[in-house]
Amino acid sequence: MTAIDFSHRAVEMSGITKKFGDFVANENINLTVHRGEVHALLGENGAGKTTLMNILYGLLKPSSGNIKINGKTLTISDPNIAIRNGIGMVHQHFMLVEPFSVTENIILGNESTRGFGILDAGKGEKEVKRISEQYGLTVDPKALIQDLSVGSQQRVEILKTLYRGAQILILDEPTAVLTPQEIKELVAIITNLTEAGKSIIIITHKLNEIKQMADFCTIIRRGRHIDTVDVSEVTEEDLAAKMVGREVSFRVAKEKRNPGEKILDIKELCVEDSRGIMVVNGLNLQLRKGEILGIAGIDGNGQTQLIETLTGLRKAKSGRIEVLGKDITNLPPGKIINNHKVGHIPEDRQKRGLVFEFNIAENLILETYFKPAFSEGFSLLHKNIYKNADTLIEKFDIRPRDATLQAKSLSGGNQQKMIIAREVSNEPELLIAAQPTRGLDVGAIEYVHQALVAQRNEGKGVLLVSFELDEIMNVSDRIAVIFEGKIVGILDADDADEKKIGLLMAGGTAKE
Amino acid sequence: MTGTKLKELFLKGPFGLTLISILLGFLVGAIVLLIAGFNPAEAYWAILRGIFAKPKYVSYVIIYSTPLIITGLSVAFALRTGLFNIGAEGQFIVGAMAAAIAGYFIQLPMLLHVPLCLFLAMSAGAVWGGLAGHIKARFGVHEVISTIMLNWIALYLSNWSLTLQSFGKQGTGKSHMIQETARIDLFGQWKITEAGIEFIRSHKVLGDILKSPVNLGIIFALLFAFLMWYILNKTTLGYELRAVGFNPDAAEYGGINVKKSIITSMSIAGSLAGAAGALQVMGVGHKIAKLAIMEGYGFDGIAVALIGNNTGPGSVFAGFLFGGLKYGGAKIQDAVGAPTEVINIVVGTIILFVAMPKLIQMLLKFRKG
Repeated sequence: MTAIDFSHRAVEMSGITKKFGDFVANENINLTVHRGEVHALLGENGAGKTTLMNILYGLLKPSSGNIKINGKTLTISDPNIAIRNGIGMVHQHFMLVEPFSVTENIILGNESTRGFGILDAGKGEKEVKRISEQYGLTVDPKALIQDLSVGSQQRVEILKTLYRGAQILILDEPTAVLTPQEIKELVAIITNLTEAGKSIIIITHKLNEIKQMADFCTIIRRGRHIDTVDVSEVTEEDLAAKMVGREVSFRVAKEKRNPGEKILDIKELCVEDSRGIMVVNGLNLQLRKGEILGIAGIDGNGQTQLIETLTGLRKAKSGRIEVLGKDITNLPPGKIINNHKVGHIPEDRQKRGLVFEFNIAENLILETYFKPAFSEGFSLLHKNIYKNADTLIEKFDIRPRDATLQAKSLSGGNQQKMIIAREVSNEPELLIAAQPTRGLDVGAIEYVHQALVAQRNEGKGVLLVSFELDEIMNVSDRIAVIFEGKIVGILDADDADEKKIGLLMAGGTAKE
Repeated sequence: MTGTKLKELFLKGPFGLTLISILLGFLVGAIVLLIAGFNPAEAYWAILRGIFAKPKYVSYVIIYSTPLIITGLSVAFALRTGLFNIGAEGQFIVGAMAAAIAGYFIQLPMLLHVPLCLFLAMSAGAVWGGLAGHIKARFGVHEVISTIMLNWIALYLSNWSLTLQSFGKQGTGKSHMIQETARIDLFGQWKITEAGIEFIRSHKVLGDILKSPVNLGIIFALLFAFLMWYILNKTTLGYELRAVGFNPDAAEYGGINVKKSIITSMSIAGSLAGAAGALQVMGVGHKIAKLAIMEGYGFDGIAVALIGNNTGPGSVFAGFLFGGLKYGGAKIQDAVGAPTEVINIVVGTIILFVAMPKLIQMLLKFRKG
C-alpha cells in the first residue's frame, strides 16, 4: 500500500457521460488513479461501473468527457488504442481458447515468428515464464486452458494483459468465481503488481474485498459519482450505505417462531449424477412449516442433485420424498409445482430460472401460463398477463418498470427479483432456494433474505442451500450440514458457530 | 407505433438487416454478371420484366411461391422451437403422395374431397415430422440426421407407390390424374370450354392470368402463415414451444413437458410441409411423378425461413422473393444470354448475409463512424 506515486496520474477520467438513448448510464463521472494504486469501483448491479470501464478500454464511446492517460489526452475509440497505451482488461467471463495452451492463449494475436509466418513458440514460452515469475503468477505455460482451475485461468488473463505491456489493469469482478484460497493468492499478485508500478482498477460489489485490496474506492450509484474515499478511513457499513443510498443491515431481523407440522420429509434418498456416481447417498431430512432450514456444505457434495430431485428435474435412484405427507418422488416438475405447491429459486438463473429472450411478463407466468387467470381455451389472455406483470413489478420492485423488456436486459439482482416474484406469487407451501444471492450486491442480498424470512413468517417452509456460510448462519433457523451426499449433522442456528459447521463440512464428525 | 419506433425497427431490427442483405445479394450478383461479361442492369431489368411485364407472369410467380412459402413456414415453425427441420423435403413428398392417392381413389363431392385430401396429406406430413421428433425425444437422435434419412425413405416410398398397378400409370413413371373434385384450380374445367376459350381471348388482363394454372394454393399459404403467427404468439401451445425453443432447461424447470413439445412441434412442421406437397398436386400437377432426385421444395424452404427470420409474415415475404427470382430469373438466359445460375448466386449471397447480421451491423457502423 506504500507503492502509490501521487505525482503520477495514470488514469484521469473527467466529466464522463454516457447515454444509451434516453437512459443515462454514466453522468459526469470523475475518476483518478495514480501509479501503483489499487482503486476499487463500487456500485450495485447496473450502477454503471462496467460501462465506465468499457469506455476506458475503448469498447464504448462516451457521449461527453475527457480521458487522460499518463497526463496525455486520448481518444480511445477501440481496444487496440487502449492496449497500445498500456491499458489491459480482464473480463468477468474469460476470453480464452480452451483447447489451446497457456502460452498459445497469451501470445494469441501477438505471436512472435521466425519469419515467413512460422511460429516461434519457444520465444513466447520464455517470455510468459519470465513475466509469470516476476509477479508471482504461477502457471504452467504448456498446460491446456481446459485443464486449469478458474483461478489459474484468471491468472492467464492477467498474464495476457501484462504480455501486451499493460501498465493499467482493469479487473471486472475478479473474485466472483474464485475460492477463498484463490482470492488470497490474487491479493498477493495484486500487491506484486502495484509494487512494480502498475495501477489497478477493480470493479466489484463485495465490500470486504475492497477493504482487503484497495487503496481508494469510487462509489457509483445509478450512473452518478457519489464519492471517492480512502479505504482505510471508512468501514464496510459506510461503503454499503454510500453504494445503496441508505443504511443496510447485514443481519437479518427475524423474531423467534415455533415451527408447525412437517412439510418436507426426505427418507433414505439416493441420486446419481450424470456420470453415474451416487452423489446423494441415503440422505434423510425433515423440514417444518414456519422454519428456514439451511443446508451448509462445500460445493459438490450432492446439493445440486438433491435440489434437482426435490423439484422433479432429476430422477431418484431410491428413497422417498414427501411433501405434506404425500409422495412426490420422481413426479414431473409441473406436478410438483402445481399439485404439491413447491416453489424453486434455482441455483443457475440463466440456465434454469429464466427464458432470457422472453420479456418480464412472459417470464412471470412460466409456471402458470395455462391457468384460468392467464388463458382461456387455447388462447393466452395477454391483458391479464401484463396486468399481473405490472402488479408484481411494483410489488417486488423490479427495475426498470417495463414488463415488455427482455429478461436478459435486466441486471442480475432484478433478474433474481423476477424469479422470486414468480415463485412467491405462486403461493408455495415449500420454497426451495438454491444459492439465491449468488452474484448479487448487498442491497439485493438484503432483499432476498427478507423475502425468505417473510415466507417463513407466513408459515411456509423454506429450504435454503448455499455455499456462503455467512448466509446460512444469518438466515436459517436450523442448519443441516451435507457431506458426500449425506446429512452429517443438524444444528440449531443459535448454538451454531463457524467452527462447528466448518468441521462438519470437512467431514469431521467421526473424529470429534 | 410511432415514427421513431418504426425507423428503429427498420434500421436495427431483423427487417432492416434482411433488406440490406437482399441488396448486398443483388450487388454480388451484379459483380458476378460483370465479370462474366454481361450488363447487370440489363439482366436485372430482364428479371423484373420477367416478373411484372404481363399479368400472367405475376400469376406464375404466385404459383411458384406458394409451396416455398409453406415449406418455409414448416422450417420456421420448427426453428422457433429450437429444431432444425431438414425434413420438409420428405414431408412434402409424403404429403404429395397422400394427396395423389386420396385424390385418385376416393370419390366425393368437391367440398368434402378437397379438405379430406388436404387433411390426409397433412396427417402424413405430421407423421413423417413427428417420427423425427419422437426419436429425438425418446432416443436423443438429432433431428437433422433423422430427417435427412426420412427424406430418402419418403422419396423411395413415393417411387415405389408408382409401381403399384392400381395407382401408377404403367410405363409412364407417373400416377393417374386426381379427380376433378380434388383439384383446387380456379376455372380449370371452364377454361377448356368454348365459352372459356372465348373469354380468355377477349379479356386481356383476366384472360392472360387464366393462361397460368391459377389455383387456391396461395390462399391456404396465407392462412397457414396467419395460423403460425397466431399459434406461436397467442396460444398456450405457442408459449410452451417458444419457451422450449429459447431455453429447454428453463422450460423443464417451469413444468413444461419438453419431450412432448419437441414431438408436437415437429408434427406441426411436418403437417405444413405435407400441405405444401398436397397443394402442389391439387393445384398444379394433379399427379405425382417418379423422382430421380429431390425436387428441393423443402430445402428451398430452409432458405425462405432464414430470409424470413422464422416468422409467418417473413416467410410469406421471402417466399414471394424466392418465387419471383426463380420464375423471373429463368428468363435472363433468353433475354441477355446470362446463365440462370446467377440467380442461385444472388439467393445464396442473400442467405449468407442474413446469417451474418453482425457483419452488416459492422458495415452500418462503419458508414456512420
